[in-house]
Formats: sequence, structure tokens, C-alpha cells
Amino acid sequence: MSEKKAPVAPRSADAESVGGAERTQFQMIVSRFLRHRAAMISLAVLVVIVLFTFVGPLLWRWDHTVHLEVPPSVPPNPDHPLGTTTAGHDVLGQLMRGTQQTLKVAFTVSVLGTVIGSLWGATAGYYGGRVDGLMMRVVDVFLIVPLLVMVAAIAGNVRGGTTWYAVALIISFFAWAQIARVVRGVVLSLREQEYVEAARASGASPGWIIVRHLLPNAAGPIIVAATLLIAVAILLEAGMSFLQFGIQPPDISLGQMISDARTAVSTRPWLFYPPGLMLLAICLTINFIGDGLRDALDPRQSMVRR
Amino acid sequence: MTTTEHMSNEETSSPGTGDVVLEVRDLSVTFPSDDGPLPAVREVSYVLRRGEALGIVGESGSGKSVTSMAIMGLLPKNARVEGSAKVLGQEVVGLDDAEISKVRGNRIAMIFQDPLTSLNPVYTVGYQIAEAVLAHHKVGKKAAMARALELLELVDIPNPAQRLKQYPHELSGGMRQRVVIAIAMANEPDVIIADEPTTALDVTVQAQVLEALESARKETGAALVLITHDLGVVAGHVDRVGVMYGGRLVETGPVEEVFYRPRMPYALGLLGSLPRLDEDRNERLTPILGTPPSLLTLPGGCAFAPRCPMARDLCHEQEPSLLATAENGERVRVPVEDTGAHTAACHFSEELEGAQPTDLFRGTAVGAETTDTGGTADTGGTAESVAESEERAEQAERALARADGSGDTADGSGREAILTVRDLVKHFPIRSKGLLKRRIGEVQAVSGISLDLYEHETLALVGESGCGKSTTARLMLQLIRQTSGEVEYRGQPLHSMSQRQLRPLRRDLQLVFQDPFASLDPRMTVSDIVAEPLRIHGRRNGEAKKRVRELLELVGLNVEHGSRYPHEFSGGQRQRIGVARALALNPKVLILDEPVSALDVSIQAGVINLLEDLQDDLGLSYLFVSHDLSVVKHIADRVAVMYLGKIVETGTTEELFRAPAHPYTQALISAIPLPDPVKERTRERIVVTGDVPSPADPPSGCRFRTRCPKFADELSESERVKCVEEPPELVDRGTGHPDACHYSRAVELI
Repeated sequence: MSEKKAPVAPRSADAESVGGAERTQFQMIVSRFLRHRAAMISLAVLVVIVLFTFVGPLLWRWDHTVHLEVPPSVPPNPDHPLGTTTAGHDVLGQLMRGTQQTLKVAFTVSVLGTVIGSLWGATAGYYGGRVDGLMMRVVDVFLIVPLLVMVAAIAGNVRGGTTWYAVALIISFFAWAQIARVVRGVVLSLREQEYVEAARASGASPGWIIVRHLLPNAAGPIIVAATLLIAVAILLEAGMSFLQFGIQPPDISLGQMISDARTAVSTRPWLFYPPGLMLLAICLTINFIGDGLRDALDPRQSMVRR
Repeated sequence: MTTTEHMSNEETSSPGTGDVVLEVRDLSVTFPSDDGPLPAVREVSYVLRRGEALGIVGESGSGKSVTSMAIMGLLPKNARVEGSAKVLGQEVVGLDDAEISKVRGNRIAMIFQDPLTSLNPVYTVGYQIAEAVLAHHKVGKKAAMARALELLELVDIPNPAQRLKQYPHELSGGMRQRVVIAIAMANEPDVIIADEPTTALDVTVQAQVLEALESARKETGAALVLITHDLGVVAGHVDRVGVMYGGRLVETGPVEEVFYRPRMPYALGLLGSLPRLDEDRNERLTPILGTPPSLLTLPGGCAFAPRCPMARDLCHEQEPSLLATAENGERVRVPVEDTGAHTAACHFSEELEGAQPTDLFRGTAVGAETTDTGGTADTGGTAESVAESEERAEQAERALARADGSGDTADGSGREAILTVRDLVKHFPIRSKGLLKRRIGEVQAVSGISLDLYEHETLALVGESGCGKSTTARLMLQLIRQTSGEVEYRGQPLHSMSQRQLRPLRRDLQLVFQDPFASLDPRMTVSDIVAEPLRIHGRRNGEAKKRVRELLELVGLNVEHGSRYPHEFSGGQRQRIGVARALALNPKVLILDEPVSALDVSIQAGVINLLEDLQDDLGLSYLFVSHDLSVVKHIADRVAVMYLGKIVETGTTEELFRAPAHPYTQALISAIPLPDPVKERTRERIVVTGDVPSPADPPSGCRFRTRCPKFADELSESERVKCVEEPPELVDRGTGHPDACHYSRAVELI
């Protein structure tokens, strides 16, 4: 039965013929993602980074704390592949732990902020009018208040405010507003689309329309904002650590490593480059994965792109 | 000034070309694309003589616009243009930007479709016309402005001196398009290319703009290439016509020849698929099967062969060239310069002599409604479920019952109204900008409308854009809430129900949209789209799946296509998906909001036939909202004509078209172009002037009086007072059906 490919759209007909017609939507999304080369490479790199940070500490003999056996200020050598700090940390051990903490913060912020922000923004945009006005004023408050100051003020005064999950929660608490604004803008135009009206004419409830029509169609901008949010979270966390409000020693994060090494870029480059490059790698891979996701979720785009 | 320039142009034209102003030879345009070269235009040749009007007709994607863009040198840099196009003997293909700029606007000018985007919103109208003058003439600013004034007079703009200082947004659509025409005329070009110049306008305004274009052209003696999809416009306004299909010219000839004696099955099919104002409603339309070819995968032989009912082996193998048919039936080549010749690109064009669309496309009119998928006909019969055959039996019964009572159905009296609307009013508030958002006025979109929709009938709601017909449709579904008035469905007051209470009733009242591209969620598969209403109303998944298959079959789509996304379908197929979704819950009433106006002619006929079949099979009632009177005449039982939020005339289709009584109805009917050159040129016309006033500030008394030809020309001063002071009631004034004009008089127009 799948042999009969009617002459509707020849371009899609050959794309479909790979797996036959009876594939689920999820399978189609996966297959489209697999075809996106940059995203696939990035995904592989990210998996390696995750393994490195979560499995690595179990295998490597030095952790991120100070050890008397570690010689201070040694450039990379077989014993310490990334060198050591003045205080006697092994940089490789620090990098593993630091990346792990940073990733945990970044992903938590991204997921929480995106979910809350999308729902908030979509609800405001769909209802419009007074509801929209009220909800967006709340968003404005969160956008106006200098994020770093608030984060720092809270983190410093709450017990346990310097553990990674506390830091993540505090950043999320402020970061969702940006997403809400983006999503609301997109939804404002989407809700005028006729398919939304068609759903309303069939008796769909607002919740149904928001979840089934508005959010999926806003997926592109949402994903872009979510990937950006990861980068923002990493930078915020670094900033907080620098101001001594984020993750505190003896624990460590990438941001903290970079700020510790900022005076040593030329004298002891092994302190600066590993965390810096790691940060860059994470942000880049996540951006590419976001691109791939966006294309995979949009049935129109990936058909043309090979 | 004008005549001398004219002379100089004639002198510069090279000898030998005679009075030919535009000569296109073997013009081909290819776009590179991800999927290989895309031949948008293939070997197009034509000549245009001084003062002549040539119409280029074709459906979307036939290459008609690309051809003219290539002549104007307006194509993107990556397009490959081959062949030659000579304007007054000067080659323009391959010229660089600076050189072609000397030709553009000076000798050849272009008018685009959308007057909203082709004028710059930040400059005054006068400035923009003067700019066009200054581009090619070294004259002072004052002289340029004086010329601008002259040009505005040329295109019949009232108060031209005042208009000069206005900005585009202060003018109506029709006025803007006149300004665009004025700009095109600024340098007395020898050729004007008008690309769908009136497609974005209402019919009454279209008539005015075409009139203005015509008179401006007469004044300057410019030749015209009129590109359009509207066969009616072509019939009335050009001398010769070229039909394009799949990037090629497939038929050319004098307009009467092509319309009365088409020699290419495609042209014949186009004429047959057009609902006509001058024909009876009972005649079924004859759509062309299939969809226009994808230019990426053009068939080997004739591009039309896959859709052609008389295609033979030769057609699939060899592409026919554009030849004339001689007396003895032989096909002979004629030079492009022979503008009187009638040529067609069909191997068997001699067989079409005297053929009628119904002869050739009979199969499509009667039989399978599986039209544009092609592959479904053979799967159709096999999967007929029990439920469906039961349904069929029921339908047969219903049909019988209907046949018994068909005697008194003419005006719907004696039957129960299924959906009634009483004194419906909808005002949209206009709010001030800023924080307070004070109410500073209101748009009176709908001002007191009463309608009755009877069971199993089609009621058409007709009017120009902005008359409130779509708002009325949405009010009837309670998608927006009325300001006042009542909507009742089978005695249940919809207007006072909450959204929650309405939800179960939504099953019975469904909506089909105008734009098949915007009305389907691009991220859902077709199955999910059609199943959505079922899921909303809590049907189980398995049940929904089965129903979706039934529905896809019902609207003539391949059931296997359910897992595809909307963008993979053509416009006609998408509209079928929209219809399938609306039918999912077995509604009793379908509200069709311009369901075919976004579709190409050949596709439109298929959808109209489908709607008619569905009504017969399922016993549906239709509220058919449309601006197109020819479609309405074809499909509707009764018609209500709307103007500025009020119904001005209503009656059975028969009555309304035979003897329209309200001047607005008369004007609407006479503004619809007929696809028949002789009738179109000789018919009596009732012309209205100006544009629809703003519904935020409608005229007092009769709302039509500002544009009414009767008010302006026939009525005495004392009679006019009544029009100004007293809004006319919608009552029967002796014409057999109600109208809202104090001085109505039935006129025969067709």
C-alpha cells in the first residue's frame, strides 16, 4: 500500500520512501534530527563532555580539592596533564568537577526557565487584553530588577544558597521572564492564525489550544531562547561565583575557575584555557543541537534541507 | 511635451521592427534550487505592437510573472535568463543595472499587484510621482510636481491637487492603485506591464481601476501586457491573449478566437471550470483533474498531458510546439510577428474544433470526486465500511424525502429555519493609544442583520471586503460575541450561552476557512488535523482513526496521505482537508468563509463540486460567505447582499440575478467581468464611483447613498432628502423580494 506514492509533492515523496508512510511523528522527528550533521556532531561532543564530567571524577585520582601531594604551580606534565594551581589543586580534577556543577546549573535553569516562561508567555499572549497586561507587568518587574544584584542578595542571605541547586533555582526564578516575553510575542501573532480559530470552532479549550497549537508552533523561537538561556546561566553563575555568592570553595565551577585564573592568562595559561575552552565548547554544541532540534520539529524546514 | 516625446521615441526605434514595441524571443528563465534547476519560464516568444493590449493568463506557478520580471530585469541575480527581449529594438536581457535603469520606467513600466507595498509610506503621493518623472527627465521640482498633477488627472483621481500632498495610507486601495498607474505613466512609456493590477481590489473598484488604466493608456498610446488569472478581466480589456502553463505559452491568439474556439485542452478546461454569471446554475462545473505540474519534475512530453483527458502516447513523449492550425487541419508554424494568428501547443488541436468543455471533461463533472489526488479512484471502492453504507442508505432516504417536497423549496418558506439571526449588531471599539485606552469610537462592522438558514439549503452572504460578512459568520458561530441581537440554533439561544455550554453544540456548527494555507496547523499531520475535533470531543483513538480514513475518502483524498504534513499538499487538496476537518463531527451547518477564493480556477471547480456533492449526500446547510457573485450564482439557493454592515437585498438566487432591485446589487453584478469577450464588451453597466466608506463613520440614512448612481444621477433634490435622513427598511417593494432602497426598481442585467 505504501508503493502508491501519489504525485502530490514529489520532493517529499522521495524523502518519505525511506521509511514508508506509517511512521509516527516522533520517528519522523528523530530521523530528521539524525540528518542534521552539525547537530549530530555536537550531540556526540556533548555526550563526551557529560561522560568526562560525571564519570571522569570516579576514574581520576585527584579530585577538585587541595591535596598536599599536589605540587603547586606546575605546568602540564604526565602526573598532572593540565598542571596545578598555586594552592595545590589538580586542574584536571577541578575541570571535571567545575564543568559538572556548571552543566547542572545551566540545564536546570534552561529547563525550568523555559517551561515556566513558555507557559506564562503563551497564556498571556493567548488571552490578551487585561490578562496579558497584568501578566506582562509581572514579567516587566522581573526584567527591570538588575538580575545579578537580586541573585547576589538572595544567594548570600539564604542558608544553603551556595549549593548548585540553590544557585540554579535562584537564577531560574529570574531568567524565565525573558522567555515569557519572547513566547508572548510569537503567540500574539500565532493566535490570529485560522487554525487556532478552527480549533476554537470545534470547541477546543484554551488549555488545549495553548498546548497543542501555540507552543508547538512557537517551538523555533522557544528553542533558540532556551539555548541562549544556557549560555546566560553559565555566565551568570560565573559572575555570581566571582562576586562570592555562587558556588563557593571548596566546591568549584567553571566560572569560578576562570575568574581565579583571570590574572594568569599569560603567566600560567594552563589555568585559564581549559575552563575557557570547555565553556566555549558547551555553548557551541548546545547552540547547534538547538538548531537541529528546531529544524527537526518543523516539518517544513527540514524537507528542503538535506 | 507629450507628443514630442512620443515622436522622439518612434524615431529611435530601429527600422525593420515596424510598430513592434516589445519583442520577446525564446525567453527562458531558470532558477537554481536545492533540488536542481527550476525552469520557471521556457521558450516564451511574443511580440507586442504599439498601442496593443496583450493578456497573459495562467494559474499560479505558470511563469507569467517571472516572464515579465525577466523583461524588466527585476529577477534575483541567481536567475539564469536566456533568449532575447527587445524594447523598441533594444535588447534588455543581459543589461547591467545602470543600463537597464534607463529603459525601466522610461520606455517600459510596471504596475504591481499590491498598491499597499508598491508605494512608500513615508513620502507623499506627489513626491513619489515627481520622483518617477525626475528619474528620467532633467526638469525642475516645480515642473515635476505640475506633471504629477497632470498624471493624477489622467487616472481620474478626484481632487488631484489635494491628493498630491497626501500620504499613501490616507488613500483607499483603489486610489493607491491609480497612483501606481500614474507613476507608471509618468514618462509616457511605450509598454506597460501590469502584473495582476486589480487582484487585491474589490470588484466595483476593480472596474474603476481598469477603466482608469484603459483611459490613461489611450491618452499615451502605450501598449499593455496584462498579466492575470482572471479570464473575465482578460476578456474585456485585451486584444490578444496568451495562455501560459508549466512555464510555456500553450495558446496565443486574438481574444475572441481563444475564448470561443480554444485549440488547447487546457484553455478549454479553464473556461469550463469557471462558474459563470451568464449561465444557469444547474450546470455542473467541469474541473481539470490533477494539479499543475511541479516545475522541478516536468513530465517528458506535453506539460499538460497528465491532466489532459485526450492525452495519448505521443503527448507523453514529445512536447508539442506552438503552431497554428491551417484550413486543411494541418499544423503549421507561423512567425511570431503574425499577431492575428491563433496558435496552440497541442498535437491534436484540430480535434478541438467546435468542442465544448463538457465534451472533453465530462468525466470530471459527473464522476469521481477524487480529483486532484489521481491515485485514489481505485482505492475508493474497496474500503467502504459498514457505517458508511448505512450512512449512504440514510442519505438515499433523505434524498427521496427531499424530492417529494421539492415543489415548495424555492424560497425556503414552509420549512423550519435551523439557524436564525435576529437584529445582530457588532461594534468593535476603537481605543486611543497610550495607557488609558479610552474608547474613542467604534467600527460598526455589523449593524442589525437578520437571517434565516433553512435545512439543506445554501444561503450566500455576498459583499465587498469590509462589509461585515466574515464578522457575521463568526458571530453566528459565537467565535466572537455580539454587541446585541440574537442567534438561535434550533431554538437554542446561542447568544446567551457560555463557552462551556456552547461546546457540545459546536459539533453541529462548523467552519471552513478561506485560506487553506493558514487554516491548517503546519506542525500537525493531516490525520491529526482531521482527528482534532474528534479528540476534543473525547472520542477514543481507534474510533477517531477510523473516522479520519472515512473522511479523507469522502473529500477525495488518498487515505495513505494522512501521515503527511499540510505543506506537502496543493491549495485544492488543503481545502479538502479543511472540509474533512469541518465534517468530522457530523455537523448540520457548515459556514464557508470564502472557501474557494484563494484557489486557482481549475482547482476551484473541483472544490465547488465537492461541496455540492457533500450537501446532497449529508444533507448539510451552508452559509456561503463570498465576494464572488459568479460562484454564488452557481452554488447558492438564496442570496443576501451586504453593504457596510447591513443587508441591502435578499432573495432567491433566481430572483436576485434575474431582477436585482437595489442599485448596489446591480452595480456588483455588472462589475463582475464575464469570461466572454463580446458579452463583456457590450453589456449594460451600472457603475459606482469611489470606495466603501469607513464603517467607523457610516453615512447617515441609506449607507450606500455616497456611491449610489441612482442617488447621483436620477433622483431629484427632494427625493434625495429621504435617502439622507431615513435608513431604508429591508422590505419587499413590489419586486418580489425584499430590498433596502427607497426607490428600488428591478433591472435586468444578464
